[in-house]
Amino acid sequence: MNYIAILLTYIFINNFILVKFLGLCPFIGVSKNSESAIGMGLAVTFVTGVASVVCWCVYYGLLLPLGLEYLKTISFILVIAALVQLVEMVLKKMSPALYKALGIYLPLITTNCAVLGIAIINVDKSYNLMESFTAGVAAGLGFTLAIILMSNIRESMELKPARKAFRGVPIAFISAGLMALSFMAFDNSLLTNLHLA
Amino acid sequence: MNTKELTKGIFKENPTFVIMLGMCPTLAVTTQVINAVSMGAGVLFVLLFSNIFISLLKNYIPGSVRIPCYVVVIASFVTIVEMVFHAYVPAVYNALGVYLPLIVVNCIILGRAEAFASKNGVLDSAFDAIGMGIGFTLALTFIALIREVLGSGTITLMPIGSWDGVVTIPLLNKWPVRVMTLASGALLLMGYLKAFFNWKTMRSEKKRKSALKEGAAA
Repeated sequence: MNYIAILLTYIFINNFILVKFLGLCPFIGVSKNSESAIGMGLAVTFVTGVASVVCWCVYYGLLLPLGLEYLKTISFILVIAALVQLVEMVLKKMSPALYKALGIYLPLITTNCAVLGIAIINVDKSYNLMESFTAGVAAGLGFTLAIILMSNIRESMELKPARKAFRGVPIAFISAGLMALSFMAFDNSLLTNLHLA
Repeated sequence: MNTKELTKGIFKENPTFVIMLGMCPTLAVTTQVINAVSMGAGVLFVLLFSNIFISLLKNYIPGSVRIPCYVVVIASFVTIVEMVFHAYVPAVYNALGVYLPLIVVNCIILGRAEAFASKNGVLDSAFDAIGMGIGFTLALTFIALIREVLGSGTITLMPIGSWDGVVTIPLLNKWPVRVMTLASGALLLMGYLKAFFNWKTMRSEKKRKSALKEGAAA
């Protein structure tokens, strides 16, 4: 599978939020304004990209040779937790500006389903290292796209509030549902038509 | 006391409809009733044992590294669930796919560990876990029932003996509302259900207030 196909698959066809429901909590929680949505999106993209590579190395370098595949879940979540902590410390030291922008979102990412999800999907689909990295970045970009669109919808919704019972979370879910409906236009025929499948 | 810990998770603090935790599996696996029930059973098992263990270990876990410790405990039980499902119900294992290992990051479990089991005794924690687990399972089953009945006109249960475990609903089976089984249907349904529960709470509060007013006037 070539890299453009992987990118298209995880950004549009299998969008992590709108099709696979991975990372729904931050999607609903942090999408109230577009600035924090962009911050969260970039932080997730960064972590999914790095975590894909690290988890791939842990699985094929350590677990598979030792016959410990069943420890995949437990080792991936620990690797991700440690990684997020490390990224936070490195960013704080090396780039205070970036840390300021992404810092508050990083602790939330450990329990973001999207990160563990992509690490497990990479192994399930037996991607190689480069493909895993591409899939990780693409999954993050798909998340970013969805959360930015959502924050724009919610910002403009503040001007025309819904009925009282629908305000807040319910209308957010319904908007996400309508967005998911439009994302259904992207399916595997996209790849066939572009001669990528 | 204990019965209160047990029942609060089912209605008053229902993890899905009231606290809105653990949304990813809620929406992803509710296309068939059997998947929802299995997911609920898996979560109930992990929640029960992680709550018991964390409650037992609460005096030995240092505060600063408690979250990683909780995650290790939870991940161990998730691995057990994964292996059991893989061995005994391979069809369900395949249907749940990536969402089964993702029980690790289900906010309900870590949330209960942090908010309840790390502060309370073993028995109360176990009751809390059972209540929350049942509340989660009921919510999932409820959503799955709506989605499957409307979306494909069937109710898929466990196959027993010669019966394949599928109940077919006459008219809906022929003309199903396909969107309900799709991703967008799940999000739309969740939005409407949440709005419905909001409306119920608002109405009962209004009633209570007017009752209070009447009482004061009388």
